[in-house]
Amino acid sequence: MVEEPVIKTVDLNCYFGSLQVLKNLNIEIQPNEIIGIIGPANSGKTTFLRALNRLNYLHRTYTQTGEILLDGCDISRIGDNLLRKKIGIIFALPQVLPISIFDNVAYGPKVHGMTDKKAVSRSVEEALKKAYLWEEVKDRLRESAVRLSGGQQQRLCIARTLAVEPELILYDEPCSGLDPISTAKVEDAMQELKASYTQILVTNNTSQASRVSERCAFFLMGELVEIGPTKTLFTNPKDKRTDDYITGKFG
Amino acid sequence: MNRAKIRQHVAFSVLGAVTLLIVAPILLVILYIVINGAGAISWEFLTAAPRQGMKAGGIFPAIVGTVLLVIGTMLFSLPLGVLAAVYLVEYASDDLLTRMVKLSVVNLSGIPSIVYGLFGFTVFVLLLHLGTSILAGSLTLAIMSLPVIITASKEALESVPFTYREISFSLGASRWQTVRYCVLPYAIPGILTGTVLSLSRAAGETAPILFTVAAFYLPRLPHSVFDQVMALPYHLYVISTQVPNIPIEISFATALVLVGLVFLMNLVSIILRAHFRKKRLW
Amino acid sequence: MPRKISEFVIELCIKLSGYAVIVFVFLVFLFLLRDSLSLFRHYPLRDFLFGKEWLPISDPPKFGVIPLLLGSIYVTIWAILICVPLGVGAAMFISEVAPKPLKHVLKSLVEILASIPSVVLGFLGIIWLGPVLRNVFGLATGMCGLAGSLLLAFMALPTIISISEDALAGVPRTYREAAFGLGATRWQTLWRIILPSASSGILAAVMLGVGRVVGETMVVMMVTGNAPVMPGSILKPLRTLTATIAGEMGETVGGSEHYFALFAVGLVLFAITFSINFIADLFLRKARK
Repeated sequence: MVEEPVIKTVDLNCYFGSLQVLKNLNIEIQPNEIIGIIGPANSGKTTFLRALNRLNYLHRTYTQTGEILLDGCDISRIGDNLLRKKIGIIFALPQVLPISIFDNVAYGPKVHGMTDKKAVSRSVEEALKKAYLWEEVKDRLRESAVRLSGGQQQRLCIARTLAVEPELILYDEPCSGLDPISTAKVEDAMQELKASYTQILVTNNTSQASRVSERCAFFLMGELVEIGPTKTLFTNPKDKRTDDYITGKFG
Repeated sequence: MNRAKIRQHVAFSVLGAVTLLIVAPILLVILYIVINGAGAISWEFLTAAPRQGMKAGGIFPAIVGTVLLVIGTMLFSLPLGVLAAVYLVEYASDDLLTRMVKLSVVNLSGIPSIVYGLFGFTVFVLLLHLGTSILAGSLTLAIMSLPVIITASKEALESVPFTYREISFSLGASRWQTVRYCVLPYAIPGILTGTVLSLSRAAGETAPILFTVAAFYLPRLPHSVFDQVMALPYHLYVISTQVPNIPIEISFATALVLVGLVFLMNLVSIILRAHFRKKRLW
Repeated sequence: MPRKISEFVIELCIKLSGYAVIVFVFLVFLFLLRDSLSLFRHYPLRDFLFGKEWLPISDPPKFGVIPLLLGSIYVTIWAILICVPLGVGAAMFISEVAPKPLKHVLKSLVEILASIPSVVLGFLGIIWLGPVLRNVFGLATGMCGLAGSLLLAFMALPTIISISEDALAGVPRTYREAAFGLGATRWQTLWRIILPSASSGILAAVMLGVGRVVGETMVVMMVTGNAPVMPGSILKPLRTLTATIAGEMGETVGGSEHYFALFAVGLVLFAITFSINFIADLFLRKARK
């Protein structure tokens, strides 16, 4: 029995002003998978991610055509608030609000209406545990989040996303600013989360993609060139361009 | 030294002299007022009501009047100005209406103060039947202060890092929630500084209050916002031009109190700005 | 859902606040117009705009705006002649020559000047400047156009200095580096490259200074002598548009021709400052690009 894909795009085209950034994208993301999106800079990977939770619309020149379906439902019919609750995003550079660690994680539940203090505390604790950060911060939840290291801040970002209980998590080059140990911790967290969440990982780091993801998609200049199981894509790509990128001829 | 260097020395010296020509009078003016006015400043002067047609007693009612007007101005202009700035920065799209709003802010800032006085008289004093009152004066000064507050608030809002908004939106917050929790709290320092500065200007204005609130000799304090009131700038104007035989020290002292009040407010604004710059979180 | 409703209300208030600004400008214009038109019902517009006599209490009263307009223009021209060279020069010094600590001190002093209330300067004009001018030029009275121009120039300096300084500082560093690379001295760079590139900003500064001067009331009312006649020499008393409104409003009866005439003067003033600020804003936009 084939499950319904979590995400399905139909002929998605994205434009910033007159510049077309994504061309005719047709892709399906399966439940509970970790799919890697690789490709050189400016190939539309970030735009793809941000089209899913409609963050592209924060830019005043953005337009798109085509459909994006979340669990079979056209996302333009879902309100932005609900959509972004279901789809969380981790940005490339760890961005935390200059408030306490606790308040950073509690922000999501708060804006979605959770008022019971005990429930909020529980959400925060669970989220921090799932992000592998709880042990390191449990005694200093009231300290400012800006005092954490880069790796800790990035896991804090994961925690705050988890606190609103999404079903899909997007990662936009999340480890690009982190040292190898922090990177390993983030990748570990992603593996643990696989059981309950679907994850899309955009990365410039092909070795990370091969470590973490089961399927991989190669984007080049706004087009989806090839998509398939990670092992196959890396060892036996069907398209020459994919091969060139992976072997390092460009990008 | 070659010709070009000589020319530079001469040119820069001229520029320096020009600057000195401007800066020296500023200091001299302040000194002049302080020296001539300090003598008449006494506790009685500052806290007593005027007597004998202003020839004796103090200017307390004028000080109170100015303070009341400043408070009134703030009550009306601050909320409206901040909300308008929030609109411009967080809500407005790039269309004709927005450009008109921005143009209107520029226009409001260019309207002469006496025209505001006429407007305040026609609309607040007459049309709305408020009479010459603290209320009418405050409303007039508030409209006049609006552009300054809007501009300062706009800058404060724009200086909040965009990533804060991005984080908030990505977690599913609404636009108002984003503004309320992730933008406004960090813009408050700039807004406060700009507001205090704007109010210090309002405190020194005479033309807008000429026909809307100011009275000359009111020994008793106002009872309600519908009362007339004395005000420091108007007071100085009248004793300089229309009342003979006032001892000159009293005029200087009044000028000193007014300048002192305005400078005090400026100082508060500067201290606020420095304080918040130290605490800056980004 | 109560949260949705309260959010809707707040966002409505925000939008209304934005539009309110437009409404205010219109209202000011409208109310000026309304009362001005009441004048023109009985008094010919041409006599107002081109009349050379302002005699509101004569019988029949004459409301010619030319003497007042010329009074404003004279005072403004002299003020600008004084404060533009001084202001731009000071801006050049502060922006390009002064070392950092001195720069901060100077900018603070200029800010202090900007905050001195106009009525205080008018007071000093009466007490000190007037008698000085009377002695220096041997006049009957020191309350003349020049006294106004000098004080107005002093008052407009902060505007001119700060906006010109912004314009000069905004010239891209690459221009300076290119000039130095070619061996130019700092003065040559300043005079031939930086100053011309900052010209739109400086022009905007001048226009905003003009707008400030034209709109100033208290100083001119206190020191220019209040003689609403066709101005001759700048050393004689004259009357500006602003001082007329402020000075005569207290003497009119609401609803009288004189009362409406003052609103008409206000309308002229509004039109002048509106145009000046509009043009200045165009220059500022051009400078920012």
